[in-house]
Amino acid sequence: MTTTIQGVKFNEGELAAPALPRDIQTEEMVFNMGPQHPSTHGVLRVVVKTDGEVVLDCQPLIGNLHRCAEKILENLTYVQGLPYVDRMDYLGALNNELGLALAVEKAAAMEVPRRAQYLRVVMCEINRVISHLFAAGQFGLDMGAFTPFLYMFREREEGILLLNEVTGGRLLYHYIRYGGVTRDVSDEWRRKVLAWCDVVASHMDEYNNLLTYNHIFVNRSAGVAVLDKETCLAYGCTGPILRAAGVRRDTRKDLPYSSYEDFEFDVPVGPFERGILGCAWTRHRQRLYEIEQSLSIIRQALQNLPAGDFTNTKISRGWKAPPGEAYAVTEAPRGELGFYFISDGGKNPYRVKTRGPSFCNISVITAVSRGLLIGDFIALIGSVDITLGEVDR
Amino acid sequence: MIGETLPLSRHLGNWVAGLVGLPAGWPFQALGMLLVASLVLLVVVTPVGLGGVYLERKLAGRMQNRRGPNRVGPYGLLQSLADGVKLLAKEDIVHRGADAALFRFAPYVVFLAAFAGFVVLPYAPGIVAADLDVGIFFFLSLIALETIGIVMAGWSSNNKWSLLGSMREVAQVVSYELPLGIAAMCPVLAAGTMSLVGITEFQAGHVFHWMILKNGIYAVAMVPAFLIFYTAGLAAAKRAPFDLPEAESELTAGFHTEYSGMRFGMFFLPEYALMLSISAVTTALFLGGYHDPLGLSGPGGAFEGSFLWCFFWFFLKTTVLFLSQIALRWTLPRLRVDQVMYLCWKVLLPASMVCLVLTAALRLLG
Repeated sequence: MTTTIQGVKFNEGELAAPALPRDIQTEEMVFNMGPQHPSTHGVLRVVVKTDGEVVLDCQPLIGNLHRCAEKILENLTYVQGLPYVDRMDYLGALNNELGLALAVEKAAAMEVPRRAQYLRVVMCEINRVISHLFAAGQFGLDMGAFTPFLYMFREREEGILLLNEVTGGRLLYHYIRYGGVTRDVSDEWRRKVLAWCDVVASHMDEYNNLLTYNHIFVNRSAGVAVLDKETCLAYGCTGPILRAAGVRRDTRKDLPYSSYEDFEFDVPVGPFERGILGCAWTRHRQRLYEIEQSLSIIRQALQNLPAGDFTNTKISRGWKAPPGEAYAVTEAPRGELGFYFISDGGKNPYRVKTRGPSFCNISVITAVSRGLLIGDFIALIGSVDITLGEVDR
Repeated sequence: MIGETLPLSRHLGNWVAGLVGLPAGWPFQALGMLLVASLVLLVVVTPVGLGGVYLERKLAGRMQNRRGPNRVGPYGLLQSLADGVKLLAKEDIVHRGADAALFRFAPYVVFLAAFAGFVVLPYAPGIVAADLDVGIFFFLSLIALETIGIVMAGWSSNNKWSLLGSMREVAQVVSYELPLGIAAMCPVLAAGTMSLVGITEFQAGHVFHWMILKNGIYAVAMVPAFLIFYTAGLAAAKRAPFDLPEAESELTAGFHTEYSGMRFGMFFLPEYALMLSISAVTTALFLGGYHDPLGLSGPGGAFEGSFLWCFFWFFLKTTVLFLSQIALRWTLPRLRVDQVMYLCWKVLLPASMVCLVLTAALRLLG
């Protein structure tokens, strides 16, 4: 039997008994967490059914940021459409551009110069680092630690300035074009990025001492909100969450694109020093380890940057992709980002479908929320790290 | 009794009585007391609260790679004042569904409870608003009174987050009152009085006369008791890592979610007042109160009975404790609700009892 509370269906039969023993029976409460709640990372609304502090059931309600992105892409020309996908996962904007560009290039059988491929890798990895810095800091903020968040913002700001210098944007870049990138980079910029990599690497200990290995933080997050391998695979969770659950899956390694096969890097997989496989602490640590790997990729790509053009095609305003279809999958900061693209030979794409990692990752929270305390529930949402722009699109 | 300790209020009352041409009597003395109390609140305590807010924001800025307030006045000193004016100018919303009377009344209870604590603090020899025989008991009961105000706020808000926040407050503060009270009993037992003035006078002299290191041997009981009192004081003042009742990332703003304008300010300012008064009580109980480390303010010392010298040391010790609370807040993540309870009932409470027994044993042995 299902009951409807505030427009949300709850499956009574599925309601599990709370994990904590209940010797006092209290009235159940339904909370509307969001869309203006500080810890729902934007406009997510979660209807949470609680018994005191214990979460009995929850239902994420999405769509508050729905902008018809996929439909709009069908109505824009190719040149107009590419900056639009920046707005999906706005914290990893370049990775979105790369996904769509790869799908279109695949369908149109377009060659991308090696220098452009390397530049894309550099930019996307810088973007991944600043996105993970944001995610890790935000998770600390959810746990009540304000200062590490701002320390991570310090390095993130430097990274944003580096991207800004080349692309002209701070958050939404529109740097990648079909067949290449917009601008080349200078030697001075390369030196600056290498210096920035050292700065970020040198601050990892600071983040870890202040936040990751903080006794309170470990007690709050280790062993909490466990997303095991089976649950992750069943719900299609990807990215740091899946790797923290012990699955060595990274599209950059498994299905290399944009010359990722040229670089040597590890795919860190949980469990780590504290916590258990798939717990909130492991997901947090996973992101910090991935930052180190990304820094290594940036260094390799900049040191071995091939000479040559940064783009080979000048796409005109009325450019038409040849009829065909393609699916390209990339490793965005939050997981596997796929773009399925169909062209009927017209000026606009016939259909663009996005497989957003945040969308799949958010679906799992209902499955693991039962029996968590409200504080743990916040840890769950924070450690899963979603971007609502991509959930709703 | 309080009127007698405040001759100023009697004079003020008589002056007002003479002004209106009526015989001086208790109504005018009561009026004088009210006037003095408002004057003290306006001139001394509110600036202290505002200064506390400024200090916290400035220190947080320094810790977080920011500058903190620096726009209003020199070094941003007037920022708190500007914020106060802003809060006063804001609309005071009592939303539909709230229990209006309780909703309006709750901030006053919290405000009163937090600021009344300053009455029993011994700032310097002879400078105390009311030397109550049960000073420390009075102070602890004010913390309980504040809880009632917060429960009123949370309940009358008719908001589930507020309710959850106030329930957390009750669970937390009522639990932490036990280790707080028992840890405070250690100095009381050693000094043989509950008056904060008496306890401070008991510690007259250099650093080894202070409660925390009394005769050296007392440190065995007093150092843990000091740490317990400090930690439980953090919890009682709802400071991080025990800021669960207003945990922003969990409960939006906890018990004061629905409050706006100056009514919110009346929850905000008492937090700093309570931090300050708890720091001051910690100083008076364990850290020698207004006595300096070399014993110059003690019997036969160069500064015996010097108001400024003693006040300086009291202020210094209180400020150091206050700043340490701020530094902790901006360093530590928040505990979870069950961990807060675990810490109280399974760690602090047994430890404080051991301290009390140790103190009693030390007292017996001389």
